[in-house]
Formats: sequence, structure tokens, C-alpha cells
Amino acid sequence: MSIDNQQQLDQSIKKAQAADLAGRITVGLLLLVGSIVFMAPFYLMLTMSLKTRGEIDTTSVWSWPQTVTWDNYKTVLQNPNVNFVQFFKNTVFVAALSTLGCVLSSSMVAYGFARIKFAGRDRLFILVIATMMLPGIVTMIPTYVLYKYLNWVNTYYPLIVPAYFGGGAFNIFLLRQYFMGIPRELDEAAILDGASHWTIFSRVVLPLSGPALATVGIFAFIYNWRDFMGPLLYLNDPQMQTLEVGLSTYNSLRDQQWHLLMAGSVLVSVPLIIIFFVGQRYFVKGIVMSGMK
Amino acid sequence: MKRQRTAWLFVAPATLHLLVFALIPIFASLYLSFFKWHILKPARPFVGIHNYSSTLVEPKFWNAMWNSTRYAIVSVPLGIIVALLVAVLVNQKLKGITVFRTIFYTPSITSGVATAMLWIYIYLPEHGLINSMLSALGKNNKTDFLNDPAWAMWALVFMSVWTGLGPRMVLFLAGIVGIPQTLYEAAELDGASMLRQFWSVTLPMLAPTTLFVLLTSTISAFQVFTPVYMMTKGGPLDTTDVIGYHIYWEAWSKFNVGMASAQTFLLLIVIAAIAAFQYRIMKNQLEGYSVA
Repeated sequence: MSIDNQQQLDQSIKKAQAADLAGRITVGLLLLVGSIVFMAPFYLMLTMSLKTRGEIDTTSVWSWPQTVTWDNYKTVLQNPNVNFVQFFKNTVFVAALSTLGCVLSSSMVAYGFARIKFAGRDRLFILVIATMMLPGIVTMIPTYVLYKYLNWVNTYYPLIVPAYFGGGAFNIFLLRQYFMGIPRELDEAAILDGASHWTIFSRVVLPLSGPALATVGIFAFIYNWRDFMGPLLYLNDPQMQTLEVGLSTYNSLRDQQWHLLMAGSVLVSVPLIIIFFVGQRYFVKGIVMSGMK
Repeated sequence: MKRQRTAWLFVAPATLHLLVFALIPIFASLYLSFFKWHILKPARPFVGIHNYSSTLVEPKFWNAMWNSTRYAIVSVPLGIIVALLVAVLVNQKLKGITVFRTIFYTPSITSGVATAMLWIYIYLPEHGLINSMLSALGKNNKTDFLNDPAWAMWALVFMSVWTGLGPRMVLFLAGIVGIPQTLYEAAELDGASMLRQFWSVTLPMLAPTTLFVLLTSTISAFQVFTPVYMMTKGGPLDTTDVIGYHIYWEAWSKFNVGMASAQTFLLLIVIAAIAAFQYRIMKNQLEGYSVA
């Protein structure tokens, strides 16, 4: 009897293991096919940027370049009318300063909402979160008028200054959730030692929030790097442009100069992909741990 | 008292932002919508409700609203379903799973302009990726997707699934990770299949995440701009003239700031109606967060 039972158990374990293995293989295959489909456009971008114009016209889109040429990149980088090197500096300048503002101010605000009780806190928080739902296009015109009165059109201020005012509702929300997960006993110990909220914020909460701050910072940097409407509206001087708008001027060359378009696209995208790759181990952690569920 | 002052200092940046970049612009937008104003000229005559009355009888405005609606109605559910399925897949504990997560996220963090130009190429009639794949399968197709009124909108929708997957996938993934494992164990004891577990445990537990994704995706679908600006300029025959592009063009090409503000305000009402529709559930969700 007991031997029969044992055999049955062994069999069902084997069955379950087989089903598990089959499931894993299916999932693996689906992921593989899905990611090939997802990567195909990038393969196209890369190979076209390494082909000559003639080769693009005459060979299959799928083919690897017969001879890899870096000339397209040289041409794009040396084009005096669309100065990528200058645009790169401009973009890094704008994105870095906005990111700094975003991380500083969103963490500060999130601390206020997470750790201090004050009258009207919850109502204010809901209102701040509600701005996440406010379409940017609704505020586009009045904001432009405001910057025009401040004489900020054709300066970098409209692209940088707003980040210092809270750094965006979603970031506040994310950091608040994260801060709420940090044990309060730590604050209380610090308060007993006579520490102020500024001290707790900078010495206790921030040092414990690495992944969440990294998440916010990486996304702020990527967001600002990719911003298209902002520079398009506010920067008129061609020398002040960012990469994204600079790259868009190549759009007029489509139909003939795909090799240059793609080389430019790779140049603008690669820094983003590198930053994302380096930072990606933080952000799922950052989002999961902040209780976004 | 001191604590109150400290608290307000901490949240002051967001409060100022709320005033200067949200509340005041909403009212300024309403105010401007009653004037006729060319942004580069000083004259700004009051025209009452003229901007509204002429917008409401303007076929191009309704065309743009309709285009945004059909863009949202197809791209949002499609994007959500794909994101949910991918999130389930990348939640599996396989070796190297983070590589897959990164791959599926990459389109969302690539330059939007580069992405748009890449997809112009993909949709080309002769050398494009789609038509050359079809011809490899023995089907000779020369559809010029972006210049064909029947196809242009769906070309943008299809691309949006690719570009928009990343953030949605991560939100769903975070949601799935947060589901208590005991629920699955109980379901397994009851003999529920994988599919049944997904249907009866995963989906209902993800309701708050789904609502959040639904709402934010819908709002951004109504504002889609860069792909339209880069790929179709609203054409062919205005079939991709979505409301975000239409308002931009009204304000910065025709410099009809008053008219654009009126249209903006009408758009806000439409979006607010959609948001109000889900307000209660959204509110419950936010309360759920503060408990967490």
C-alpha cells in the first residue's frame, strides 16, 4: 500500500516537473520570438547607419553591411549646419540640471507628504497627484505666455526651472511611497537626539533611498533628453538646440539620405540606452519597493 | 506651529508648481479663449464665445476629435493587453530574464524622433520592412502605409504599441510581484489551471494597476504629438490630424491663440469627463496606496 502511494507520488512529481519544464520552454520561446520582433527595428537602424547610400538602395533591408563604413557618422558629426557636438553639450547641460532639480525637489516634497503631519496634507497631496492627469497641452499656451513675459523664450530656463518645482507628480508619488516604507523608529530615535526634519531628511531618509532616487533620476534624465515639444517651442537659436530637435531636421532628407538619418538616430539614442542599461537594475526594485502595486 | 511651517517649506515647491503650472494656466487658458489674439501682435480684442461657437461648427475640429478618439480606442486597449501579457512572461523566474525586460523597455527610452524616422522607413512602400517581409512571403504588396488614408492612422497605432510598452509593462510587473503568493497556492490546491489562475487571481488583483494604466494611457493617447509631427503632419487627407497636433498647428502655425485655447478647453472637458468616469475607482486606489 505504502509502496503504491510512493510510486504514485513519484509519478505525479515527475509529471509536474515535465509540465514545469514544458512551461518554461514555452515561455522562453515566446520571450525569444517577442524580443527578436522588438529588436528588429533597432537592427535596421544600426545596419543602415553602417551602409553606404548605394548599398541601402540596392541590397535587402536585412543584410549586414558588405563593408562596414563609419563615414555616415563622420558626416553627421561634422555637419556645420546641424552641429551635433554642440547639441550634445546643450542636451547634457539641460538634462543634467533638470535631473538635479527633479531629484532634489521631488524628494523634499515627498518627505513632507510622507513624514510630517500638517493641516490639509491629504487634500493637497490628492491635488498634486491629480496634476498627473492634467494634459500638458492644456497648459502649453499659458505657460508660453508666462515665459514670454519673463523674457525667457530662447533661453534654457523654461526647460530647466520647472523641474525645481516638485519634479513631477509621479516622482513625488513614487518617492512618498518609498519613504513611507522606511521604519519610523529611525526618525524617532533621531528626534530624541534633537534632530530637525531637515536632518532626518538628509541624514536618515535620503541615504536609505538609493534605488528610488536612482529610479527618479534616470527617468528624469531620459525624459529631458527626449523632450521634443519644449525645445521646439522655446529655443529659436539653432546653436542652442538639443539633439532631439537637431535630429528632427534630418527628417527633411528622408527619401534620399537614410544612411545619415540612421547614423544620427543611433548617435542620439545610444547614450539613452547606455544610461538605461546601467540603471535598470535599480528601477524595478525602486518601483516594486515603493509599493506601486 | 513650527512643525506646520517646516511641513509647508518641504511641500512648497510642489504647491507653487500646482499654482503656477496647473491651476493658473487652466484659468488663463479659459481667459484667453474669449479673445482673438495673434501671439506676436499687441492687439487682443474680446470676442466673447466666438471661438467656441466657431470651433463647434468647424468640421476640422470634429475630425481631429474623432481621430484622437479612434486612436485612443484602439491603441490603449491593444497596448494594455500586450503589456499585460509581456509582464506575465517577464515575471517568470528564468535565467537572464532582466535582459528580456530591458529589451522590451528599450523602445520607450529611445529618442522619439529617431523612433519616428525609423518607423517611416519601416512603412515605406518599396524598401520598407513590412512590405519587404510580405514580399519574402511571396506576397507582392506596395502599400504606402503612411500616405494611404485607410492605413496611416493604424500605422501610428501599431507603432504606439512598440514605443509605449515599457512603462506599462513595468507597472504591471510591479503589480504582479505584489500579489500574495498564497492566493496562487490556494488556487493550485483547488486544481486551477495556469490559465484559470491568471483569469481568477492575477487579473482581479491587478484591477487597480489596470485602471491606473488605462487612465494615464488614455490621457497620453489624446495628446500624441511627436509621431504625427514627424511622420504624417496630420495627413493624408487629415486622417491623422489628431487633436494634439491640431491645437499645436492652430496655435503655432496659424497663431490663433484664442481659438487654440478654446479648443484646449474643450479637450480638457472631454478628458475630465473620461477621468470623472473612473474617479471613484481611482480614489479607492489612491487610498489603497496610502494604506500600503
